[in-house]
Amino acid sequence: MYLAGTRAADQAEARATPAGTVIRRVPGTVVALGVVSLVTDISSEMVTAILPLYLVFGLGLNPLQFGLLDGLYAGATAVLRLVGGHVADRWQRLKAVAGIGYGVSAVAKLGFLAAGSSVPAIGAVLAIDRAGKGVRTAPRDALISLSSPPETMGRSFGVHRAMDTVGAFLGPLAATAVLWAALGDYDAVFVTSFSLATCAVLLLVVLVPNRTRLAAEPVPGKAKPSYRAMLGLLREASFRRCCIWAAALGLFTVTDSFLYLALQRRWDIDGRLFPLLPLGTTGVFLLLAIPLGRLGDRVGRWKIFIAGHLALVVAVLLVCGPIGNWWLALALHGAFYAATDGVLPAAAGPMLPEGLRASGLAVLQTGQALARMVSAVTVGLLWTLWDVRPALLLFTAALLMVTVAAAVVRPLEATR
Amino acid sequence: MKLKIIGLIAGIAVLLGGAVVYVASARTGGVTVNAVPVNTGQTLALAPANLFFRNLADGPDHGKLAAVPAGEPGGARNVGDLSCDRFAAARGTAICLRLKPDSLPPLTDMIVLDANLKEVHRETLPGTPSRARVSPSGRIVNWTLFVTGDSYAATGFSTRTGLYNLDTQRLTKSVETLPIFVDGKRYFASDVNFWGITFAADGNRFYLTMSSKGKTYLIEADHKSYHGDAIARNVECPSLSPDGRRIAYKQKVATGKWRLAVLDLATRKVTNPPDDRLLDDQPVWRDNTTLLYPLRAADGSTDIWSVGLTKPPTLLIRHATSPSLGGGQAP
Repeated sequence: MYLAGTRAADQAEARATPAGTVIRRVPGTVVALGVVSLVTDISSEMVTAILPLYLVFGLGLNPLQFGLLDGLYAGATAVLRLVGGHVADRWQRLKAVAGIGYGVSAVAKLGFLAAGSSVPAIGAVLAIDRAGKGVRTAPRDALISLSSPPETMGRSFGVHRAMDTVGAFLGPLAATAVLWAALGDYDAVFVTSFSLATCAVLLLVVLVPNRTRLAAEPVPGKAKPSYRAMLGLLREASFRRCCIWAAALGLFTVTDSFLYLALQRRWDIDGRLFPLLPLGTTGVFLLLAIPLGRLGDRVGRWKIFIAGHLALVVAVLLVCGPIGNWWLALALHGAFYAATDGVLPAAAGPMLPEGLRASGLAVLQTGQALARMVSAVTVGLLWTLWDVRPALLLFTAALLMVTVAAAVVRPLEATR
Repeated sequence: MKLKIIGLIAGIAVLLGGAVVYVASARTGGVTVNAVPVNTGQTLALAPANLFFRNLADGPDHGKLAAVPAGEPGGARNVGDLSCDRFAAARGTAICLRLKPDSLPPLTDMIVLDANLKEVHRETLPGTPSRARVSPSGRIVNWTLFVTGDSYAATGFSTRTGLYNLDTQRLTKSVETLPIFVDGKRYFASDVNFWGITFAADGNRFYLTMSSKGKTYLIEADHKSYHGDAIARNVECPSLSPDGRRIAYKQKVATGKWRLAVLDLATRKVTNPPDDRLLDDQPVWRDNTTLLYPLRAADGSTDIWSVGLTKPPTLLIRHATSPSLGGGQAP
């Protein structure tokens, strides 16, 4: 279903177009998925914003009990992403599997009411919430990829990520408004969050069309996509190289929290402003997601992906080095996300057969996510052993080398 | 398609309408009558004969600072206008920690009060209230707040402990720069967390908990020379007895589970008072042999209990937390 997309795609690409025009030219399915993600992000960021207050004040729990579980969840989410991608391809039901993921997360919001003050129950609810996120990511990105013409795929992902980020911005504001209106009643935030998440599921069901196969045979010679077919994708040279380089770059990507901590130490940011630092990154991500996606369509997505990592290298050097200021570092950090988060699936999408698009994107993103987890652990260790600056400098030197290598090898130039 | 769109709009209307109704009912759902006898509009003062606490009984005065005569803890609760999430007092000085309403990320007001509970100083700090104490001299107040976002994990939590000296008006937002020595060697780690300060009568020596790499240490620190030594392990939320001989603390028995324990500083012997229920707070010494602490009951309510070093526990005040004696610890 192209709301206005088919007509718009025929039009010549104008050099400078206002944002509204860009969105209208994007396939309707992508805009619909953007709306779904926007509403879902408001819902989930509302809960994230109040969770510490709820645990300490609403329940009187000791929040130090929760920190440890975080790494475990990240690992479980990565595995569920593979499952989500595979099942979506196997059933040939991308929308249904994405919908299940969104639905599970929506129900989890009510789980907070049911869990009461039991620590294991709250841990389980958090895990279910993230499981839903893991399941839905790959089929959703596959839907974006399959509903966009290959030559403007970067723009589609840019529009989706920008809309998603708007939701992340609005979430904490919505939580504050609900807490104010409900006179500090945390349950009201969970109920509102559930309502919004369920609205997002309805929007998905009604606005996003079921994807029907364009190609007659999704995987030649195979009746149904299997896990073997999923791994078989890696036998295809260009996709394999794409996965390997994305993971290699992920291995030396400094995790957000470390960057913010180092930034706070360097410029002695007030503790009250510290939690607002991610908003700086998000703001730049929001502004640059569409322009960089479109630029990637024109000049080559891998180039943008590499440039994004260079932006991260410069951001970390600013944080370590004697020059620069904190807002420039945050802006570069936001540019890094804008140049990588949506650009990578846009770059890899056209390489994957339609019947295995969700599986392929799941493999790619899981590899990247697992590499980034390893990176977080490594930076943590180096940080403890050597302190901030040497740890970050060594890591960034390694990232620079891998980035240069990835630029020289150019795994995607053959297809682009 | 048209039907589907109508269904969508109806569905969204029902869901958002439901949320609005829920929010509206949360607004008016408050109880208008106190569940326990309360004398409102009282002028409270830090008399040693008073026992202070945060009132948790249902009703309009939920969350207010309340006082009862120490000899009659079950009597009617006297409340004024002051609300505190955490409260502590000693020798004519009190500290009140209060979460700032409608602040995201959360902020806490740290309010220093005089003997008539008049505000003399205020700081707004990031985090949510966790622990509060006043040194026995009444000249240094200290607090611990839970903060989010500055640990490795995005959803991880850490604690930030600070001091305010009333004489010098010096604010130490965090004691994280306190040089620490473990087994005589300077200890460095990026994941160090401090919480739960307790001061000695000289207003200089203090104890607190340091955690790093999954271990907790009891730190004995010197305020003037500003350094600390680890003197014991597995000690959290220390509380020094009025005679300076013992440290009462919460002893970890499993992840997220603690029980009350007492360390004799001279002999280093650890004993457990006869209450093995799970607790999560910094205990308060009522005198040299009696401890006060809040405990969560099975129904989720919190009550203040009292236990002797060898005498069995007794329930002191129902629906209450953050106990403190008006004059501090009895000598």
